[in-house]
Amino acid sequence: MPIEVNGKSFETDEEGYLANLSEWEPAIGEAMAAAEDQDLTDEHWDIINFLRDYYEEYQIAPAVRVLTKAVGKRLGKDKGNSKYLYELFPYGPGKQACKYAGLPKPTGCV
Amino acid sequence: MAIKYDVPETHEFPIIPSIMEGAMAHSAPFLANKEFQSGMGFPSAEEPGQLIDGWKEKFLELLQDKLNKYRSLLVFMDTCVKCGACTDKCHYFIGTADPKNMPVARQDLLRKVYRRYFTFAGKYFPWLVGAVDLTEDVIKDMYSYFHQCSECRRCAVFCPFGIDTAEVTMAARDMLAQIGMGQKYSNQIIPKIHKIGNNLGLPEPAMLDTLEGLEEGIEEETNVKVRLPLDEKGAEVLLVTPSADFFAEPHIDGLIGYAKVFHAAGVTWTLSSKASEAANFGLFIGNYEQMRQISLRIRDAAKELGVRRLIFGECGHAWRVAYNHLNTLAGPWDFLDQNYPIPQHILEFTKDCLDRNLLNIDKSENDHMTLTFHDSCNIARASRIGDEPGSQFTTPREVIKAVCNNFHDMSVDTINDQTFCCGGGGGLLTDDLMELRIKGAQPRMESLKNVVADHGVTHMAAICAICKSQFTKVLPYYGMTMDQIVSVHQLVSNAIVLEGQGEASEDNEAVEEAA
Repeated sequence: MPIEVNGKSFETDEEGYLANLSEWEPAIGEAMAAAEDQDLTDEHWDIINFLRDYYEEYQIAPAVRVLTKAVGKRLGKDKGNSKYLYELFPYGPGKQACKYAGLPKPTGCV
Repeated sequence: MAIKYDVPETHEFPIIPSIMEGAMAHSAPFLANKEFQSGMGFPSAEEPGQLIDGWKEKFLELLQDKLNKYRSLLVFMDTCVKCGACTDKCHYFIGTADPKNMPVARQDLLRKVYRRYFTFAGKYFPWLVGAVDLTEDVIKDMYSYFHQCSECRRCAVFCPFGIDTAEVTMAARDMLAQIGMGQKYSNQIIPKIHKIGNNLGLPEPAMLDTLEGLEEGIEEETNVKVRLPLDEKGAEVLLVTPSADFFAEPHIDGLIGYAKVFHAAGVTWTLSSKASEAANFGLFIGNYEQMRQISLRIRDAAKELGVRRLIFGECGHAWRVAYNHLNTLAGPWDFLDQNYPIPQHILEFTKDCLDRNLLNIDKSENDHMTLTFHDSCNIARASRIGDEPGSQFTTPREVIKAVCNNFHDMSVDTINDQTFCCGGGGGLLTDDLMELRIKGAQPRMESLKNVVADHGVTHMAAICAICKSQFTKVLPYYGMTMDQIVSVHQLVSNAIVLEGQGEASEDNEAVEEAA
C-alpha cells in the first residue's frame, strides 16, 4: 500500500515500511508518524537521523546498546538507556523509529 | 500500531476456556511474495497466496514423498484415537478458545486429507472416516492454523501415543510453501543467513562495531579488558549464538555474560562472521535442505577458524537442531576435540566452570531480584543440556541458583517438560501475528503472575532469543514490564567478579581520600 506525501506516491510493504530506502525524505517520516498519532519532536529527529547515518555506514540499524550508548554520549547519561528511547518510540526504537527513518524493519528473533 | 488487542484474563488457577468456533480463523501471517518465494527456491503464482498451477497434484505428491521418507509422519497420521488428552494442552487453544487450536484438530487438518487420498476407507467411504477432498479452502485453513502452532511439543508430552504435532506442522508448512504459500517472516529471513551470515542481516563491520562497543562498556564498568573476538583463527572455542544476542535487550547482556565466563575460565574463544547466527529457521518451515545448508555454515566456519570446540549460546530451537541433528546435517566433526561434547551448550560450559570453582561469584549482586525460570520448549522437550535424564531442567536452575540468592519456580505443571511456550516460537515471532502471540502467552503469563503475587518474584530468566523477545513484547499487555525478562547469562554476568575487577576504582577512591 503506497503512502501519499506532498502529492507523490511512495511504495511501502504490508506493514508500512518504505520499499525503497533512497526515496526517503523527512516529510515521509512525518506522514508515517502522523498516521500513527505520533508527534515527532527534535528529540525524535535526533534518533531518526542517527539511525539513518548508522544505516548508511553499516547497512543495518544499530543494536539497541549501540544506540543507547550513542544517545548517552550526546545527550547525557540519563538519556543513554532504552527507557528514554521507549518513551520517545513506545513501539520500540528498533521498529518504530526505523520505519519513520525509511529503513527496513529488523528481522529475526528480535 | 495503535491496534488494541483483547488480552485474555489470567487466574489464580488455570481455567480451560469454553470453545469459540472460528475465534482465530482470521489469523494468518503475511504470505511470502514472489521475491521471497523465489529467494528460497519455492514456486509462486503472480500474487502472494495464489496457488501455483497443478497445486493439488503437487501437494499430494509431496505428501506421498513425506510419508515414504518420514515413518513418524505416517504413524502420526494413522494412530490418533481421538482420546482428547491433548485438547486442553496447547497454549494457543487456552489463550484463544478456538477448537481448531486443539492439537488433535490441528493434526486433523492434514489427517483428513491423508485419509481421503491414502487410505482405503477414505478413498471409498470418506463420509465414514472424516476424510475430505483437498480444496483451496482446506489449504487456506491449513495456512492459518499451521501458523498457530509453535512446534513446542507440549501436546506430545500428554499424547498416549506420543503424536508430535510439531512434525505435522513442519510437514504441512513445507508443502504449503512448495505450492506457493510460504510465510513471509521465515522466507524473508533465511536467505539473509546465506548471504550475510545471520537472520538480522548484520554485516561484519556492524558486528565489529557492536562488539567493540561492548568491550568498552565492560571495561568502563569493571576496569577489566574482556574481549569479544570475531573471526580469530586458532581460538579454542567457536561460539555460535543467535544474532539477537548482538542486537536486542536483554539478549546482549547474556552475550556479555558468555564473554566474562570465557575470560574468567581462561579459554580462548571467537565468534564467526560467517556463522554469526545459531538460529536455524529451516526447522520452522520443515525444510530439511535449508536446515542442512544453515548447519554447514557452522562446519565451514569451525574449519576455517581452526577451533577445537563448538559451543552454542542461549537459543532454544538452535539447540534442538544442534543437539539432535548437527552430526547428521553437517558431520562428521572429527576435526574437533573429542574430549568435549560436540556441540556443547554454553550452560554446560558455565556449569562446569562453576562446579570447578573457576568463577569468583558474588551472589549478592543479584539480590535486587527474585528469579524464576522459563523452560524454553525446544530445550525442555526436544533436547538435553548436561548428560543425565532431565538435566536440561536442572542445569539452568543450578546455574541461576549458583549466582542468585532468590529463586522460586513457577507451578509444577507449567515447568520442566510441561513448560508452556512463550507464545512466539516456531517462526511466529512476527508483528503480523501479534494477536496470536499475546493470546498464546496467556498460560505462561498466568503462572508468572502467580509467583509474582505469591512469592515476590520480580524477574523471569530465559535461555532462548525468541522467548526473550516475545516476553519483552507481551509482558506489558499483562500488566508487567518489558525488563522483567532477563538472560540467564545476564545473571551470571552480574554476579561474576573478574580478576582485577574494581581495582582501578579502589585506586581512585584512595586518590580521592588522599585529596
